[in-house]
Amino acid sequence: MGRVMAQVAMVMNLDKCIGCHTCSVTCKQAWTNRSGVEYAWFNNVETRPGQGYPRRWEDQERWRGGWTRTRGGRLTLRAGGRLKKLATLFANPLMPSIHDYYEPWTYDYGHLITAPLGDDIPVARPRSLLTGEPMQVTWSANWDDDLAGGPELAAQDPIVQQVGDRVRLEFEQTFMFYLPRICEHCLNPSCVASCPSGAMYKRAEDGIVLVDQDKCRGWRMCVTGCPYKKVYFNHKTGKAEKCTLCYPRIEVGMPTICSETCVGRLRYLGVVLYDAERVGEAAAVEDEKDLYPAQLDLLLDPDDPDVQEAARRDGIPDTWLASARRSPVYTLIKRHRVALPLHPEYRTMPMVWYIPPLSPVVEAVSGTGHDGEDADNLFGAIDTLRIPVEYLAELFTAGDPAPVERSLRTLAALRSHMRRVNLGQERDPSIAEAAGTTGEGLEELYRLLALAKYDDRYVIPTAYGVDDADRGVIEEIGCSLDFESGPGMGGMGAAHGRTPAPPFGEASGRPDPASVETFHALRTRQTSDAPADRADLKGRVNLLNWDGNGRPEGLFPPKEEP
Amino acid sequence: MADLMLWGVLPYVVLVLFIGGAVWRYRYDQFGWTTRSSELYESRLLRIGSPLFHFGLLVVIIGHGVGLVVPRDWTRAAGVSDAAYHALALGLGAVAGVCTLAGVALLVWRRRTTGPVFSATTGNDKLMYAVLVLAIAAGLATTLVSTAAEFTGAHEPDYRTTVSVWWRSIWVLSPDVAAMAAAGAAFKVHALVGMALFAVFPFTRLVHAFSAPWFYLFRPYVVYRSRSGRTPPATRPAQRGWSR
Repeated sequence: MGRVMAQVAMVMNLDKCIGCHTCSVTCKQAWTNRSGVEYAWFNNVETRPGQGYPRRWEDQERWRGGWTRTRGGRLTLRAGGRLKKLATLFANPLMPSIHDYYEPWTYDYGHLITAPLGDDIPVARPRSLLTGEPMQVTWSANWDDDLAGGPELAAQDPIVQQVGDRVRLEFEQTFMFYLPRICEHCLNPSCVASCPSGAMYKRAEDGIVLVDQDKCRGWRMCVTGCPYKKVYFNHKTGKAEKCTLCYPRIEVGMPTICSETCVGRLRYLGVVLYDAERVGEAAAVEDEKDLYPAQLDLLLDPDDPDVQEAARRDGIPDTWLASARRSPVYTLIKRHRVALPLHPEYRTMPMVWYIPPLSPVVEAVSGTGHDGEDADNLFGAIDTLRIPVEYLAELFTAGDPAPVERSLRTLAALRSHMRRVNLGQERDPSIAEAAGTTGEGLEELYRLLALAKYDDRYVIPTAYGVDDADRGVIEEIGCSLDFESGPGMGGMGAAHGRTPAPPFGEASGRPDPASVETFHALRTRQTSDAPADRADLKGRVNLLNWDGNGRPEGLFPPKEEP
Repeated sequence: MADLMLWGVLPYVVLVLFIGGAVWRYRYDQFGWTTRSSELYESRLLRIGSPLFHFGLLVVIIGHGVGLVVPRDWTRAAGVSDAAYHALALGLGAVAGVCTLAGVALLVWRRRTTGPVFSATTGNDKLMYAVLVLAIAAGLATTLVSTAAEFTGAHEPDYRTTVSVWWRSIWVLSPDVAAMAAAGAAFKVHALVGMALFAVFPFTRLVHAFSAPWFYLFRPYVVYRSRSGRTPPATRPAQRGWSR
């Protein structure tokens, strides 16, 4: 057995996603409520079918993200190897422009109170956050939410175009689900491989992929390298930023913000163990449809004594091993095989997995007046309703319908089996058998999918040096970034005259003694909602950028002399 | 006296600023050390202007290296005639110089006319662009003057016996002020603007040139790092998100 490494992975149960975007909003408040990343959503929720965000990110013919297999069986970056990267350093031809995401904007709220007296009620018009000029809002991160824009927009979905006309026809009969997306924290991250500066890295202990803000030089190759387009370029700081899997929280055993605030409780977090030395081999299998089984094969059984021994040999603490044995993520991915990876054909070995939605099938069945919880009806529908299955297969298994069908059949069997249990009917073992599992298996799955409490959904060991008994007893304010010359979630206090330093928001981060320019830019940003210096807005506070701490100058109008 | 100040003292002031400034910035402003790319805003013009400028500049830098470092005696000893050397240097220099100037002109024009790019332009950038364009223009002017002298046979001091000699003497800490004083006016202007450029270099976005990522060619694709030496976080009694 090769080197055993641990990875904090996530599973999302798509059947439960109601598309409320709470995860996106709380993530934004925690991580990207700053100028420069107004357009960036580390977590976003897409409606499928749909173009996604950034627009048509799945079209790798255009963006060339991820890896590709050479004829010789080696893996190489699809956008080109090292020499090509250096040759295109001065103008990256494969980088999405801001318009592929959307032009960020604010509203001219000031006009509401400064407009001269007139017959018309003043309105706050949208203004670009890039130029400060008035603009027409024509696209955003979820412009085609809930199939808004109809067939015209959804037909631009790269998968719809791939699966062909049939989806579009069926699509008129509404087949839709939500796909929340964060960084995949891949086992074979192509963004890391694309970074010329070596500023991006995968953490050895928990597999979280991060950008070293001090080492990033703004070459922008990671944006191209990531096929999921989940690395963003901060256009104010000139550095790449991405989902951190909320590592300050994970380190102390707490779930990510998106998981914590998920209304549908559809996210699961846990540790999986994998064989690091076989990652390259698994990512380079010839047939794209073998990528999902190969990836599954990388994950090691934490109950296997050999695996445990190898893990201890490779320095994985016992607390992590114990956690891996209770991991809900491993159970869903490997024991029951209901969770599938997103676009394994990118060959990055993504580590955010999805339980495909059964609801389009159930709805189709009950919509025609049939019993949507009857196993035979559902099994039959999965077989005949080719469209959702084919679409899901393009999304999760590089086009192989078998694993998707298997997962959906298990979910269908679960519904049927549990209905019998709830109604006090006799258990019918044939239902479970038809899905290739057992009644006990289905009931375990039921507990995990329907009942699991906070501590069952999020099984996260704390970082090294902290006892597992302390799980969840660690103060959020004392986050592990808060040390001298650290990457800076605290420690800004002195520079801004605030104690304690705010952990998030504009004034967070460590002071920048060298750059007087940054200081002025920061001050300008905090006191105006215009992108650059605007004399008429001087002294005002932009409440959207204000992190709620202290009383910044200009929050209230100056006191009038008595 | 003016010559002594300009060619004897100023180079060392610039050196202190250049090296000291770079070290200071590297130590204290890693976070500000970036290209501050504006490609996200606009890429159509950048895709032409930026490679034109950067590749042109690379050739210009190599040309400067050869012209300043290699003494005339060495090339003569190697059997390269002065005429051939000049033809090559001026030809290549002119092409690279024009590319660089055209590239930077396009980039400045783009910066001025593309709304978001202009909004993201700081005062520091503007000063930097002014000095940079001046340096390139003055450099191209020296090439033109030298070429003109070559064709008309007018007397123009060879930079290889004036500027280059002075440049090499700086590094052995005995500046040959007289050599530089004998150089042509265009070369003097170019040298002064060049020194200005080096003086402001560490304090502008130009520092990204220092971190050209050669190492990328030799490192493994996937980088792993260990979190180590972190202070353990403070603790307090457990509270769930909903009970806070």
